[in-house]
Amino acid sequence: MRPVYAVSGGVSKFAKARPDKTFPAVIKEAYDYAIADLGLEFRPFTELVDGSVASYFSDHFARQLMAGIMAQDYLGLCPKPSHRVEGGGATGGICFQEAWKAVASGYMDICVAYGFETMSHVETWKGNEFIALASDVSFDYPVGGFYSGYYAMMVTRHMKEFGTTVEQLAHVSVKNYTHALYNPYAQKSQRISIQDVRNAPMVAWPLTRLDICVMSDGAAATILASEEGLKKLEQAGAHVTRPLVKVSGIGRGTDAMRMADRPHQSYDDFMRYNALPHEVNSDETRAYYKRLWDKGFRYPGVHSFRAGRMAGKEACKMAQVNDPLKELDFIELHDAYTSSEIQTYEDMGLCRYGEGGPFAASGKAFMPGVEYGLNLPEKPICPVNPSGGLIACGHPVGATGLMQAVFAIWQLQGTIKKHFKSPVLQIKNAQRGAIHSHAGTGTYVTVSILEREG
Amino acid sequence: MANENETKMEETLEGTTLFNVPFPKKLDAQTLAFLKQMSPIIVKYPYQINYLHSYGQDSPFFAGLANKVFLGCRDAETGYTYANPRGHDMVTGQETEWVRLPDEGHVHAFTVCHFGSEAFLPQCPFVLILVEFEGANTLFLSRLMGVDPNQASLDWIGMKVKARYLRNSKFQPTDVYFVPAET
Repeated sequence: MRPVYAVSGGVSKFAKARPDKTFPAVIKEAYDYAIADLGLEFRPFTELVDGSVASYFSDHFARQLMAGIMAQDYLGLCPKPSHRVEGGGATGGICFQEAWKAVASGYMDICVAYGFETMSHVETWKGNEFIALASDVSFDYPVGGFYSGYYAMMVTRHMKEFGTTVEQLAHVSVKNYTHALYNPYAQKSQRISIQDVRNAPMVAWPLTRLDICVMSDGAAATILASEEGLKKLEQAGAHVTRPLVKVSGIGRGTDAMRMADRPHQSYDDFMRYNALPHEVNSDETRAYYKRLWDKGFRYPGVHSFRAGRMAGKEACKMAQVNDPLKELDFIELHDAYTSSEIQTYEDMGLCRYGEGGPFAASGKAFMPGVEYGLNLPEKPICPVNPSGGLIACGHPVGATGLMQAVFAIWQLQGTIKKHFKSPVLQIKNAQRGAIHSHAGTGTYVTVSILEREG
Repeated sequence: MANENETKMEETLEGTTLFNVPFPKKLDAQTLAFLKQMSPIIVKYPYQINYLHSYGQDSPFFAGLANKVFLGCRDAETGYTYANPRGHDMVTGQETEWVRLPDEGHVHAFTVCHFGSEAFLPQCPFVLILVEFEGANTLFLSRLMGVDPNQASLDWIGMKVKARYLRNSKFQPTDVYFVPAET
């Protein structure tokens, strides 16, 4: 595998509805932005790019099969190679990794990953029905197919087993909505309190409307290149931002489609297959987990995402990250729910399984220099969702994982101020960050690690 | 060849909700450029399909529910037992055997859905539970009836529940649901 650089990206404005343009034209907004940010014109870039990967989740929303080729066509990329990927909520993350593979393998020198979703074509509750079709239609969907319901069941188990509180969950919502105040791409930004989150309409107990991301129309695109690709771009007049941003690790994990089928692994199997190096090497953590198992804890159960753990473990191994909390400067994390952000803190190894609630309220995942109106006992260590995440930015499924990639590229380039028109969300001297994309009830999960060179 | 003026697609009123919109009478460069400012036309149409969905190798489970029998699947070699039907074991790869599961279990996790997918909105609020059974290694997603959805409590986790079956089977997993069991 050869080095792959993430050289540019673009994001359309995410909105509840974008009836002003067809979906290929919304993708073109993001695509054109990514090209323009390289300082290139459309035609010279089209000459250079070797191909693409298209990302969108549901054929139901657009009621259009082969939407990928319509985008490829509209972007002027025909007859170059392309394919569509689909993996639920992780579609964007998978797309990014497939584009990485195209370049890393030597198949392409320059590859564009683009994605979209147009969820406004049906009303919200029909949209929820479409999304719920991503659960087993024989056994799960007919019982009351509703993803917020599935996640709420994970929450009640997490609360019962570990003592996690709804106020701890609400910290995530306050944090992410506050970040979005400084991100012009976010669909929804507002200054809210813990009490506002709890007073919002109850959707699936104990998750309220402010614990849950919204549906969106939107698109995102990223351009990946090899060293050869960089040369070609610069010979054509591109101004590739330096220091370069390199994709230093990718990881992907899976788990059973039906949440009810998740196995209950033993302590020994967990330590052998799932524990992270810094957990295995800590006597205290091994003893902590032994105590959990002695009390009846089973892994992954319905409270944890084994796919997320394996994706993070694989990506960290490749990027030579041993302790994610200390070695990652930020994470753009798939917070479809406040609770799933907390569950993912644990999967990513920012804290131990069962400690996600206190970690959420500790302040460690918050941004320095941002006023949240909260009393946070600890200083920020690894800001999570500095962009505002899915909760505030929105979740146009096929675009979401790529949106995370674009925001991560800008963080590592140090160009947040240029793109957001505000320096507030720029993490100072960000060297290394992760993007995390998550599907279903934790069925497909991708983690990609990006680093600034030099 | 047919006369150009006589060759026409048949005009019908089906599917039409909008018959005309304002449009420039004279098309010159200025009016053509002005079209860029036009609001989008949004049309609405129905989309309904009847599917023929086979339960395949899982069919005996639904036949069991219709006869008030709750079936699970077991791997003969390891004894690992699934509360959801599964034709092959995920570890041994061997075909599983049908086993009868108890009609009683405990609530492992729950939620109360105050909203839902369009198909289930009329049933809100409803209670979803994951049930754990003695002798089964995995859980089963079902509905819990007989509790007040407005009094949700973590104390529901661990509650002993008992299966009930619809008299008029719909051949859906909701042919079985659970109620609190007397302790």
